[in-house]
Amino acid sequence: MPADGGIGAPTPRREDVRFLTGSGNYTDDINLNGQAYVHFLRSDVAHGTINNVDTSSADGMPGVLRIFTGADFAEVGGIPCGWQVTDKHGEPMQEPAHPVLAQGKVRHVGDPIVAVVAETYEQARDAAEAIEVDIDELPAVIDMKAALADGATKVHDDLSSNLCYDWGFVEDNKGAVDEAIANAAHVTTLELVNQRLVANPMEPRVAVGDYHRANDESTLYTTSQNPHVIRLLMGAFVLGIPEHKLRVVAPDVGGGFGSKIYHYAEEAFCTFAARAMNRPVKWTSSRSEAFISDAQGRDHVTKIDLALDADNNFTAIRTETYANMGAYLSTFAPCVPTYLHGTLMAGNYKTPNIYVNVKAVFTNTVPVDAYRGAGRPEATYQIERVIDKAARELGVDPIALRRQNFITEFPYATPVAVEYDTGDYVATMDKLEEIADVAGFAARRAESEARGKLRGFGVNCYIEACGIAPSALVGALGARAGLYDAATVRVNATGSISVMVGAHSHGQGHETSFPQVVAEMLGIDPAMVDIVHGDTSKIPFGMGTYGSRSLAVCGSAMVRATEKIIAKAKKIAAHLLEASDADIELKDGQFSVAGTDKSVAWGDVTLAAYVPHNYPIEDVEPGLEETAFYDPANFTYPSGAYACEVEVDPETGKVTIERFAAADDFGNIINPMIVDGQVHGGLGQGIGQALLENCAYDDNGQLLTGSYMDYAMPRADDVPFYAVDHSCQTPCTHNPLGVKGCGEAGAIGSPPTVVNAVVDALQSGGHNVTHIDMPLSPSRVWQAMQG
Amino acid sequence: MSQVSMTVNGKSASGEVEGRTLLVEFLRENLGLTGTHVGCDTGQCGACVVHVDGKAVKSCNMFAAEAEGAEVTTVEGMANDDGSLGTIQQAFQDHHGLQCGFCTPGMVMSAAALLSENPNPSEAEIRDYLEGNICRCTGYHNIVKAIMAAAGQDVSHIAAE
Repeated sequence: MPADGGIGAPTPRREDVRFLTGSGNYTDDINLNGQAYVHFLRSDVAHGTINNVDTSSADGMPGVLRIFTGADFAEVGGIPCGWQVTDKHGEPMQEPAHPVLAQGKVRHVGDPIVAVVAETYEQARDAAEAIEVDIDELPAVIDMKAALADGATKVHDDLSSNLCYDWGFVEDNKGAVDEAIANAAHVTTLELVNQRLVANPMEPRVAVGDYHRANDESTLYTTSQNPHVIRLLMGAFVLGIPEHKLRVVAPDVGGGFGSKIYHYAEEAFCTFAARAMNRPVKWTSSRSEAFISDAQGRDHVTKIDLALDADNNFTAIRTETYANMGAYLSTFAPCVPTYLHGTLMAGNYKTPNIYVNVKAVFTNTVPVDAYRGAGRPEATYQIERVIDKAARELGVDPIALRRQNFITEFPYATPVAVEYDTGDYVATMDKLEEIADVAGFAARRAESEARGKLRGFGVNCYIEACGIAPSALVGALGARAGLYDAATVRVNATGSISVMVGAHSHGQGHETSFPQVVAEMLGIDPAMVDIVHGDTSKIPFGMGTYGSRSLAVCGSAMVRATEKIIAKAKKIAAHLLEASDADIELKDGQFSVAGTDKSVAWGDVTLAAYVPHNYPIEDVEPGLEETAFYDPANFTYPSGAYACEVEVDPETGKVTIERFAAADDFGNIINPMIVDGQVHGGLGQGIGQALLENCAYDDNGQLLTGSYMDYAMPRADDVPFYAVDHSCQTPCTHNPLGVKGCGEAGAIGSPPTVVNAVVDALQSGGHNVTHIDMPLSPSRVWQAMQG
Repeated sequence: MSQVSMTVNGKSASGEVEGRTLLVEFLRENLGLTGTHVGCDTGQCGACVVHVDGKAVKSCNMFAAEAEGAEVTTVEGMANDDGSLGTIQQAFQDHHGLQCGFCTPGMVMSAAALLSENPNPSEAEIRDYLEGNICRCTGYHNIVKAIMAAAGQDVSHIAAE
């Protein structure tokens, strides 16, 4: 552990002090002079035609300032989608309009119809209750396969069907895959559901729009993971405000997990209404609203075939998935089941033939988009469940079957179009077997059985693609943006540093870990470095934080900018030391001439840059500030091996997680304390998916799990202490820090681990159960045990 | 509207409220004490936990008028007089017991109430006591560890740095 607080130090987080003392500045803590409040009247039916909206009873109610309906947004652009997928016939996906307020029809429970702006929230809510909305309810399409049936009600009248796209990947592989499966010694088939989840960051979404008429400038304060992306999407596509007249601020944000990546109608509304009314307009989501308006996650229905030869080598994978898009296309929605899912279907294994088919479907439900892991949990779940099932069918050890098929040579080009740069899956499995104490399992099972409980052991491997992504590559795949990132390193006269970064920290600890990198490079105290993020008026640009990309992409930009600082500072130091800049070395904050005892301190050089009296002014500009944009050369590929032990109560079906171990390879690590925390959090969410969480709609499209009374969030007594290890480190080969990203691993690797363990427990009790769909609630497990 | 008066973090506080004004709204909107958060509308998440007359209370489940004359403590009142972090707050920082920070005020207030009732709780007792506080970031590992450490227990045997 370094003593200087640089790279590798488990430095406590500096941002904690404000959060622990109630001094954070979350969006709902922002209140502007003259602020009005908006309440959205939302559809309470899943599908219907709006006949009439009568606001007359509300118009004169106390405090009511203005009531907006869809008609006010007829000339405003809709909420755009950021990714266009091309289907297997080379045709673009079907892309419906997504109005800010409903235009003629409502398409899911929660679709906003009317916005009431009043002096207080209470007045806005009271007035909304007086508004009469006459809707002719239409049949709702909820089940994906029913939505694709001939004659199904269409979610969007102007589209040809409810099929967004039918995607094949890689289409040229299909013949070889079908042939390999037909000729296989053994084929294991599994049908499974990766259920819909709600991201549920603890901070509900908030938006505050502000407008200064004198200089025609708009500001949006919003709970966002990527303020520049919101500025781009909302400014260019919805409201027609150029970037220099639009500032987007995402201050302290209380978690995101994907759900705060996207541009939402409420953000556009508050910005629009502030301009229309020339006063600030604020919206704070209730949790109930969050359940019907935040983009949801997962919701895949899949059939997978795994083919093996007579020696148990994997020969082919074929998978067919139905992916729910919900009623509209959220910002990244089309790419989640395709390029974040299909490209990962090789997993950790050298399967030569892989074909992925995905049918994306519109339904009368809340839009679905990326949620922690985004496509990669769905891929991992299929692969690792079907491998476990194959091991049981073949009577072989599930760890041995995995080891036999591991990719062991890198770089490795998969049959699904990506190239893993580095990894060591044998090493992570070795580490896992050690920290999970696999050898001691038999004794623990005997002890559980003595108490009348069934005990199971489950294992899982995962690979993920992080650090999204090379702009040219994603552009070719349909992204309507580049996915580089940016950083400005501003060195002040006395040597302190502000680093303006495009990444946004909403729990990841960037304010602590990013300075560790800059301080290490310069050999100075990390306390001299501060991070500035979350404000488009302060930072050069940024594509934001998601997909475990912050350090790999934005951190790389920060390194490049710091390298430019060092190069310039060496020229200044060379002048001060009357030496050649090629001879200048920087160590421990001192610039010295190689082979001599001549040196100047960091602060002498920074002061000279701003007080350039004795200065190489003809060669070097005054000042010390550099910006870099970094476009990654490839994805990064974190990987790992997880193990779980569960106890199942055969009387009730209740599953208890007794032990959980995670051995991850994240490449190089900046702050191991923060990395541990990221893994813990991912494991908590993955265990939540495996055992508790389910976003359920009835056949009419009514959300059955619309609050924490019904949607089972994991709580402290649902999870154990976790054993996590990241000592296996194969550094990324193509970014300057050798980092891979750690934010999503836990959520990707844990659900199949838990399900594998529960199936093992039930089998040990003589129950011939091969699969249970998540969440493994007591009732589902108990019913499975009844055969 | 009616007048309500109470003591908040040792200082007298009063204001005009509607009958339906919740204690959390009074703290946040009238007093500007925005450390207390609202994470749900069904009394489940615990981001709004404060102490009322020494007991942990979800301030979204109580009208401001019901706190008339009460002694209220919020997360803003948990630091030492010199501004340094209190014992529980310091343990949360030392053991990385928070990430996004949104549930944190409620966690700190619940932890303080637990330790005043039970100064040396077991891991199971801590997990059980936190039933009413939801965290989405930490997987609870470091929250439980931090509370054990705040109680003076040796946590070095618990996995991870």
